[in-house]
Amino acid sequence: MRTVSRWFQRNLIRIYAVIAFTYLLIPVGYTVAFSFNDGGRSNLIWKGFTFDNWMNPCGAPEVCTALSNSIKIGFLATLFSTILGTMIAFAIGRHKFRGRSTTNLLIFLPMATPEIVLGASMLSLFLTLKINPGFWPTVIAHVMFCISFVVVTVKARIASLDPRLEQAAMDLYANEVETFRRVTLPLVAPGIAGAALLAFSLSFDDFIITNFNSGTMTTFPKFVYVSAARGIPPQANVIGSAMFIIALAVVILGQIVGRKRAVK
Amino acid sequence: MSGISSARGDLRIDHVSKSYGDFTAVNDLSLTIPEGSFFALLGPSGCGKTTTLRMVAGLEEPTKGTISLGNTDITFTKPYQRPINTVFQNYALFPHLTIFENIAFGLRRRGIKDVKEQVEKALDLVELSHLSSRKPTQLSGGQQQRIALARAIVNRPALLLLDEPLGALDLKLRRQMQIELKWIQKEVGLTFVHVTHDQEEAMTMADTIAVMNEGEIEQLGSPADLYDNPKTAFVANFLGQSNLIKGTITGNDGDNHVVELFGQKISLAKNRSHAVDNSILAGIRPEKFRISRLATPTSGNILSGGKIEDVSYIGVSTQYQVLMPWGQELMVFEQNDDGVAPFNVGEDVNISWEAGFTFALRGDEDAEAGTEVNPEEIIEDDE
Repeated sequence: MRTVSRWFQRNLIRIYAVIAFTYLLIPVGYTVAFSFNDGGRSNLIWKGFTFDNWMNPCGAPEVCTALSNSIKIGFLATLFSTILGTMIAFAIGRHKFRGRSTTNLLIFLPMATPEIVLGASMLSLFLTLKINPGFWPTVIAHVMFCISFVVVTVKARIASLDPRLEQAAMDLYANEVETFRRVTLPLVAPGIAGAALLAFSLSFDDFIITNFNSGTMTTFPKFVYVSAARGIPPQANVIGSAMFIIALAVVILGQIVGRKRAVK
Repeated sequence: MSGISSARGDLRIDHVSKSYGDFTAVNDLSLTIPEGSFFALLGPSGCGKTTTLRMVAGLEEPTKGTISLGNTDITFTKPYQRPINTVFQNYALFPHLTIFENIAFGLRRRGIKDVKEQVEKALDLVELSHLSSRKPTQLSGGQQQRIALARAIVNRPALLLLDEPLGALDLKLRRQMQIELKWIQKEVGLTFVHVTHDQEEAMTMADTIAVMNEGEIEQLGSPADLYDNPKTAFVANFLGQSNLIKGTITGNDGDNHVVELFGQKISLAKNRSHAVDNSILAGIRPEKFRISRLATPTSGNILSGGKIEDVSYIGVSTQYQVLMPWGQELMVFEQNDDGVAPFNVGEDVNISWEAGFTFALRGDEDAEAGTEVNPEEIIEDDE
């Protein structure tokens, strides 16, 4: 009896970890498993194992159009929000100017505002400006809410940067531009890369704001939402699983590269 | 060569002041640092020494005054235009670059294509050639310190600034690096300007020391000058320890003053007095004192009526606190080199010293100035 309780004590954290990870990963496991379901158009009940869905990921109508829209929007939103957000982060993190604290506060505002409100007001703004909802309004809306996250992420990295490194660069004959290019940027780069990944996943994932501003254009989340009424086709699971695997691969690759660099 | 000044020569700091709002960090400082010397700026935290160094490096702009190198005014030029390099307090090695690239950084920025030979020479000088492909984080503190030095020296600057370069190292390594730095300075023949709060470090390495306090220079001279003949109570107490006794000049005897210290007459060389009138603080270093039992004959200056208050045996020497009749405790260091039995607490003794070791400060000075500084507490920089 005592040995059992002692074993329990010693392994408590492990048991807790297993339970927590199970809870976190069950939906992912479910998604991956049902991407192999021979379920036909509605993918709710397990009917048998098949590779067909993976062989033919664009099999369901519209799914690949929606996916390619999402990727295009995600790419553009990431590009613009990362560039603009990084510039804002440097301005706030490195320079003193009038209205800096106000800017800091305003940057947080989109993150604190309910998406449903943001989406609706963006739509009314576009309509007032006589711009029809569609691809570009969606991109603009995505850039708007991604910027805040980029600023916050990059700013944290800048704050952790020792200003003496830049002084050392200047001391070693690097002018302002060279100091930024050779020292500041490489050191802040991991933060910028992290911010870009975050921006992409936020944009790719977004449903509420997209739904208001995309008009008749479908994105992947919109596609899944609409088809949920009739049963989501297994191709959605295939794409979801593939996204998960790609993301996992990126993270693992990053770890390996990071470790190799440290060892070198 | 993108606009880097090729100025060489003495560094001249001319009536330079630096204020931050109401706070004056450096106050009307004038200083000439001769080319090829090892110069130390010594002072406690907040005395303005780091600010002075940063103005020379170009990282701060003076509020007033000019800084020039040889005949070139560099007061407002950018750091990257000055032929001056710095070894930063925490080394500031670039963490994303290898040791080789760290050292090559300055050469590459000056447009030098073939850096390999010079970088390898610099690595050789600090004896770390085998680490050239490592990253800074994989090096120990002492190794990082040497790389920071190599990164600066490789550029052969007209002036090398060292900002508390040994502050983060442990005592043993610090001693070793002190000797090494001095050797390297001789080897490369560059002008070194060294900022430190550690008087021992300054005295070990520098040819000339400027002692700074509250934004001004208290005294400038060779280590021996400053130690043997300090001009102010701050210098007397900050560099080593001093016994400062209130007294009055009562007469003259050839080249000497006759000084009365609480009723006892001693002799003071006139050229060792920095007093402005008859009221003085007579100064004697603790190791200059000799203690003797009442019966023992003594020569030189003598103060009688002492009583041993405390004895601390510390190996090479024994430290005594001797209570004098006027209530002051004097500090005495006796070498443990002869057969005389150590004195015991409570013994009545006389104190004597060679008259020539006496120095004198202005009588209105605070005898405690500079004593309250604990170097271990102020390792962090004083920007």
